[in-house]
Amino acid sequence: MSEAAVIPQSQNAAWVLPSRGIVGMACLIVAEAAIFIIFIVAYLYYLGKSVTGPTPHDVLEIPIFTSICLFSSSATVHAAVSALHQGKRATTSLWLAATVLLGGIFLAGTAHEWYQLIVHDHLTIQTNLFGTTFYSLVGLHATHVVVGLIMLSLALVFSLTGSLTPRHTGKLEVLSLYWHFVDAVWVVVFTVVYILGR
Amino acid sequence: MLAYPIWSGLAVQVPSGTGSTSIFDPAGTPAHSIFSLSLLVLSITGAIFLVVGGLLTYVLLRYRHRASDANAMQEPPQIYGSNQIELSWTVIPILIVVMLFLATARIILATQNAPKPASALDVTVIGHQFWWEFRYPRLGIVTANELHIPVSDPKNPTPTYLTMSSADTNHSFWIPRLAGKMDVIPNRVNTMWIDPESPGLYLGQCAQYCGTQHALMLLRVYADTPAQFAAWIAHQQQSAANDPGVAEGRSVFQHTACISCHTVAGTVASGRFGPDLTHLASRDTIASGSVPLTPANLRAFVDNPAQFKPGCLMPAMHLNDHDLDAVTAYLMTLK
Amino acid sequence: MATQAPVSVTVAQTAPRRLVLDVLHDWVTTVDHKKIGLMYIGYALIFLVIAGFEALLMRIQLAIPNNHFVSPQIFNQLFTMHGTTMVFFVGMPILFGFGNYLIPLMIGARDMAFPRLNAFSFWISAFGGLLLYFSYFGASGLYGAGSAPDVGWWAYAPLTARVFSPGHSSDYWTLSILLGGVGTIGTSLNIVATAISMRCPGMTLNRMPLLVWLYTVMSCLVFVTISPLTAAQIMLMLDRYLGSHFFDTQAGGSAVLWMHFFWIFGHPEVYVLVLPAFAFANEIIPVFSRKAIFGYPAMVAASVGIGFISLSVWAHHMFTIGMTAGANTFFVLATMAISVPTGIKIFNWLATLWGGKIHFTASMMFAIGFLFQFLIAGLTGIMLSVAPFDWQLSGSYFVVAHFHYVLVGAILFMIFSAFYYWYPKMSGRMLSEKMGKWHFWLFLIGFHLTFDFMHIPGLEGMPRRIYTYEADRGWMMWNMIVSSGAIFQAIATLLFVYNMIWSYFKGPEAGPDPWDAWTLEWSTTSPPPVYNFAVTPTVESRRPLWDLKHPDDPDSHYE
Repeated sequence: MSEAAVIPQSQNAAWVLPSRGIVGMACLIVAEAAIFIIFIVAYLYYLGKSVTGPTPHDVLEIPIFTSICLFSSSATVHAAVSALHQGKRATTSLWLAATVLLGGIFLAGTAHEWYQLIVHDHLTIQTNLFGTTFYSLVGLHATHVVVGLIMLSLALVFSLTGSLTPRHTGKLEVLSLYWHFVDAVWVVVFTVVYILGR
Repeated sequence: MLAYPIWSGLAVQVPSGTGSTSIFDPAGTPAHSIFSLSLLVLSITGAIFLVVGGLLTYVLLRYRHRASDANAMQEPPQIYGSNQIELSWTVIPILIVVMLFLATARIILATQNAPKPASALDVTVIGHQFWWEFRYPRLGIVTANELHIPVSDPKNPTPTYLTMSSADTNHSFWIPRLAGKMDVIPNRVNTMWIDPESPGLYLGQCAQYCGTQHALMLLRVYADTPAQFAAWIAHQQQSAANDPGVAEGRSVFQHTACISCHTVAGTVASGRFGPDLTHLASRDTIASGSVPLTPANLRAFVDNPAQFKPGCLMPAMHLNDHDLDAVTAYLMTLK
Repeated sequence: MATQAPVSVTVAQTAPRRLVLDVLHDWVTTVDHKKIGLMYIGYALIFLVIAGFEALLMRIQLAIPNNHFVSPQIFNQLFTMHGTTMVFFVGMPILFGFGNYLIPLMIGARDMAFPRLNAFSFWISAFGGLLLYFSYFGASGLYGAGSAPDVGWWAYAPLTARVFSPGHSSDYWTLSILLGGVGTIGTSLNIVATAISMRCPGMTLNRMPLLVWLYTVMSCLVFVTISPLTAAQIMLMLDRYLGSHFFDTQAGGSAVLWMHFFWIFGHPEVYVLVLPAFAFANEIIPVFSRKAIFGYPAMVAASVGIGFISLSVWAHHMFTIGMTAGANTFFVLATMAISVPTGIKIFNWLATLWGGKIHFTASMMFAIGFLFQFLIAGLTGIMLSVAPFDWQLSGSYFVVAHFHYVLVGAILFMIFSAFYYWYPKMSGRMLSEKMGKWHFWLFLIGFHLTFDFMHIPGLEGMPRRIYTYEADRGWMMWNMIVSSGAIFQAIATLLFVYNMIWSYFKGPEAGPDPWDAWTLEWSTTSPPPVYNFAVTPTVESRRPLWDLKHPDDPDSHYE
């Protein structure tokens, strides 16, 4: 039987490595960012190339209110993490609820926008290259928002039932990183679709 | 294991022409410049192989562990690195790369940005599943699979400029002895030029997987002397022969689905899905170069194309024997 | 109290046999990195044999011109399935299997960072592979003979559009790889998090084994590599099922866009496959030369450099599509540039061998084969990087020969080497060296017969992906030789599988450190206990066991 190499640990050096949750989420973010970049490249490549049908300028309205809601939800989720770290259970639940609400408003806004586009402007994913790239890009982002909201709602439930304690601050921080990523993607998508592309 | 018979009987004899499609047998300017560049590349890589491979071989022989050695049980001196050595084998490869890159860039620019002389012949190439359409816009000629172009005299060049696109999936136009390949892509126009230096037949085939019958989407480029080429043009510019002796076959052709896919100039047949048949009988082959044109082969092909090219897009016409004979006789008059 | 003299027990003490169902349950629900690693490897070996069989069928068809061994429809499915299987369900899993097994052991950790994610990644990848092969049994598409994809492993648009690929064959390709991709990203995430967050005390990044470094670089590459393919596949599914127009050339869509997206994945993917082969070489060559690896910092830098540069070369797969001279020139330069760090690695291995005491075990022989063959593969790669030369060679058998030289001659040889090296650790038994040498020589002969001569038809104008060829082109003799080599490789592979099975029961016991090696995995028993290390080790150099064995001259004095 062989013992592992045991060399007496140097007393003073504390061996601290980055948190695996944060590293893992950073990796996931890089991978997801790469997917989004490809959809954005497709959007930019096909700008102005639609053969027929509505153009961005014709039908898109800048979603300022819902975007502000989404961006604010980054602040609220950050506040939730702080509150949890300080052990304030009720405050944590409050900020988490605010995050879910703001994210929900964003989604509702997207749904409303799509309803208008489909029913009134007759723009679907099949209509032309703009329809294809618009719905896929915004839809991909909305899907990520949905996943984030599900996770945040779960965290909210855990917080309300008292299962969420300061021990879990690291995990909530990892979730909040995902949410910040979703917001950051919206910054780019918003700029590309509603500002540059129109 | 190899008991299956080689396909026999039908693919009897390919008409004479150089069977060679070697890239080391160039017969046109682009192929020549690639060939020269390839010799440079092969010398450099060959030298690297000899040096590094030789060193590796030496090391393996010299430093093998021999149990009979005096210090066989001792570990050899541990060398962890050497800045000078590592620097040298970083710098030298960089220099080789720079040199090779410059030589390559020169040929890329020379080939792609070559100016087009006024005497160039324009041909439009359209790739289809699984045949080649050739149109000569300024001469009013449309043909398929067998490309006739003039020989190009280096003192007085008459290259052929090909403007290419695809009607369906991706293809690639490749005649190795004349030039590198160029892909033929839908919704995109690519251009290339070829200038065969001596008369003869140059073979090639589609080089981008395009579907079931990619393998038999062959190319035949006939480099004609000026006299041959002029005669060929004059002949191709005529509309279809109208031999009264095959009236029955013509009638069969024009009353079945043939006309929805094929064109015969000067008749009601104006389909664009399949090859133009106006001068079918003046060609050496059918089925995109894979079957020699004989009455027997033609008849069998019309009856059931899949026996030659399983998966080809022409359906079996299910004509009765009598109609089949008649239509074959008609097609053979379309010289 | 009367004591009894101890009675020597002559009956061998064995644990009570466990129920088969218990054993199965253990493996199916395990989150232990070692078991998951072994499952990845076993699964990949099964697919290696299947995909190898597909290759054998193709080589029989191509041995003579105008052959009728298989129909064009079947042949087109064979090359698609062969390529797809080998890349996604042999190469990736076997390399992730080794990584999974070795990385925690080499850094003194108990398991990977996320054990449940590890299990999930394995099972979703396994499902992907099964889904791909289910396609053979799926409903007949328009062209009959089951629904296996027949669009090539790159699935170029618009051949994959519904109009050109009716039925579900393309969907099997898309979905199985999509699922495999999820598993790949999961395992890569695990590897990076493990390497960064789970190293034992004293193991700074500067002391991390090169295998772990290379797997980390490879995993980082995966994040930006697999995602473009995932994105493109989502777009393809949207095109096929929701009527979108990403690659619909009739509506203004671009076939070239698919090519860009695919090769932005496809080129770094081959580096994902080769970096672990480098990882194995970095561990095995020093041990059998009895010397430390030459130039550890340069090896790290070169590996990271290769990772970065590999992201910028993708369009060398598209030299023939009619890009501008400027674009072609850029990609020539980028591709040539990658040869510099790659050359550095070869030279460093050479320098490691230099002045050493080389032991020609079966493992080392495969590693030496790797060195020569990777050199040649790199040189044919340089030939292909010269765009005008590529205008002739692209899409021909020269390219097929080149990439098989890398995949088989370099990567598979190094995988065989890794098997002979780490099988003792994983199973507690040594593989038969005699069978190993037979395996090596038979495979070497077969490999060279097939892939050396395969370059020639390419130079003579033979395109790839053709189910047959004209008799008058002069390609037959070369094809016949190429096909004959396949038989040797098949026999050698079967011998290797037999060796693994036989040695498991009859091989000599290995002990913890049969090769007198220097990294942490050799300080555990063979096989290691489920917890890996009873006490978390502390290290002070790159070769902790060298330090233990040579207390008068430890590595820590020189680093």
